[in-house]
Amino acid sequence: MELNTITFLPDPTAYGAAPRPLFPCPGPAGRISWDMSVLQTTPLNGFHRRHGGRMVDFAGWDMPVQYKSILDEHKAVRTHAGLFDVSHMGEADVKGPEALKYLQHLVTNDCSKLFPGRILYTVMCYPHGGVVDDLLVYMRGPDDYFLCINAGNVAKDIAWMQAQAKGYHCTVTDRSADYGQLAIQGPKAVEIVQTLTKSAPAGIKYYHFAEGEVAGVKCLISRTGYTGEDGVELYCASSDTERLAEAVLAAGAPLGLELTGLGARDSLRLEAGFPLYGHEITEQISPIAAGLGWVVKFDKGPFIGSDMLQTEKARGPAQKIVFFKTGDRRIVRAGSTVLGENGLVVGLVVSGTLSPMLNEAIGSALVDSARVPGLLCVDIRGTKLNLHLVKPPFVSLKKN
Amino acid sequence: MSNVPADLKYAKSHEWLKAAPDGTALIGISDYAQNSLGDITFIQLPKVGATFKAGETFGVVESVKAASDVYAPVAGTVLEINPALEANPEKVNGAPYTDGWMLKLRLASPADAANLLSAEEYGKVIA
Repeated sequence: MELNTITFLPDPTAYGAAPRPLFPCPGPAGRISWDMSVLQTTPLNGFHRRHGGRMVDFAGWDMPVQYKSILDEHKAVRTHAGLFDVSHMGEADVKGPEALKYLQHLVTNDCSKLFPGRILYTVMCYPHGGVVDDLLVYMRGPDDYFLCINAGNVAKDIAWMQAQAKGYHCTVTDRSADYGQLAIQGPKAVEIVQTLTKSAPAGIKYYHFAEGEVAGVKCLISRTGYTGEDGVELYCASSDTERLAEAVLAAGAPLGLELTGLGARDSLRLEAGFPLYGHEITEQISPIAAGLGWVVKFDKGPFIGSDMLQTEKARGPAQKIVFFKTGDRRIVRAGSTVLGENGLVVGLVVSGTLSPMLNEAIGSALVDSARVPGLLCVDIRGTKLNLHLVKPPFVSLKKN
Repeated sequence: MSNVPADLKYAKSHEWLKAAPDGTALIGISDYAQNSLGDITFIQLPKVGATFKAGETFGVVESVKAASDVYAPVAGTVLEINPALEANPEKVNGAPYTDGWMLKLRLASPADAANLLSAEEYGKVIA
């Protein structure tokens, strides 16, 4: 067998630096390696190596895809807790008297609903309706917002956001290098963090945050995550990240916390039905097509892309993202074609994995809207498998 | 460190072969291979009676990360496949040299097994 072709599914956010692809996943997935000579590292690079992380090139970052087993790490998050290094994510400050006015122009969701301590999930679009990135907007104060953006998109996002800020009395500053970020996720996550702080993370509601100290490290404590489980994300100074990670691991291990890599992060988010930039949302896939209409608020007034998105919503998107399962263990890889009646190509798989909880293949695909509902199938090495469409999440999750 | 049992023969492409005196052999993939693949989620094996040349693809081992072809280390005819792997492919992760065997082959020429790598030689390949 060929082992040198084994790479983790790429995070196509790295395409930001490359010519724009027609489709989110060029070529057979799982066989793509990056052509990037210098890998970026997070403050936890030494931590990962010390704890047995299997390091891979992930969108230009040297990151652990797993420590022991992707499947076991996934299950640990669903049953107990997992600790993810997400320091590769980007951060930005938006400050100034017109920060809110600017954000209302920049993103699709309604930032006027924010108040200090509240977080909003949104996307920002190009005028044609394609997605620049998805992001979290944190309101710290009236003229003071903090953004969390995707790792592979930082340079593109900052350039875009700064260009759009012209004419607004506010500044957009890249803070990505200043912050480390840990995600502690799972039913035991809040209890674990509670052992390390005088703050009360359990008192922070979902999509809210507070400043505080965890294990003596100054943190922004955010009740958010990308797994569908309860949990927190901790933003801290880069130089404090390793100390914080060791403290969380030591406090969490007795409660069943495992170190969890990007492999489990991907299968957890897909099982929860969350989009990943470069897969379900791209410069070619609008939030309307991606089923994210709930973050597009036309009643707040015009914003970048609002005209195109309104037209698309009124007409219905030509293609849309659907989620599926197959009842079979063969993984339907991103990049596979979706076939309709008579074997016609009607779509493209954009994410695919084995659900560790369902023990069957799950995924998402961009398909011609006219073909839904209808017969959809894929051909995996000569075996035809029907796609059974599912409204995610694929597993029942505790309401946050 | 990968486990490389001394009593087996190996192909450079990470399959192992355990020859029996009656001209048959068990085939599987090495500990190094299963560890590189990570969690194995699906294994596609041939039908009993299928014949393969040395180096020919006999199946697919799929992990969360990738699907990889597996090659017949020597020529032969499939006498048995491991029926447990359909429902429990993770047996190859847990016990690649015992419960995780994949095929029992009747070797086209039992002498072929001698051309494969010894444990010591294979150990150098994966070092």
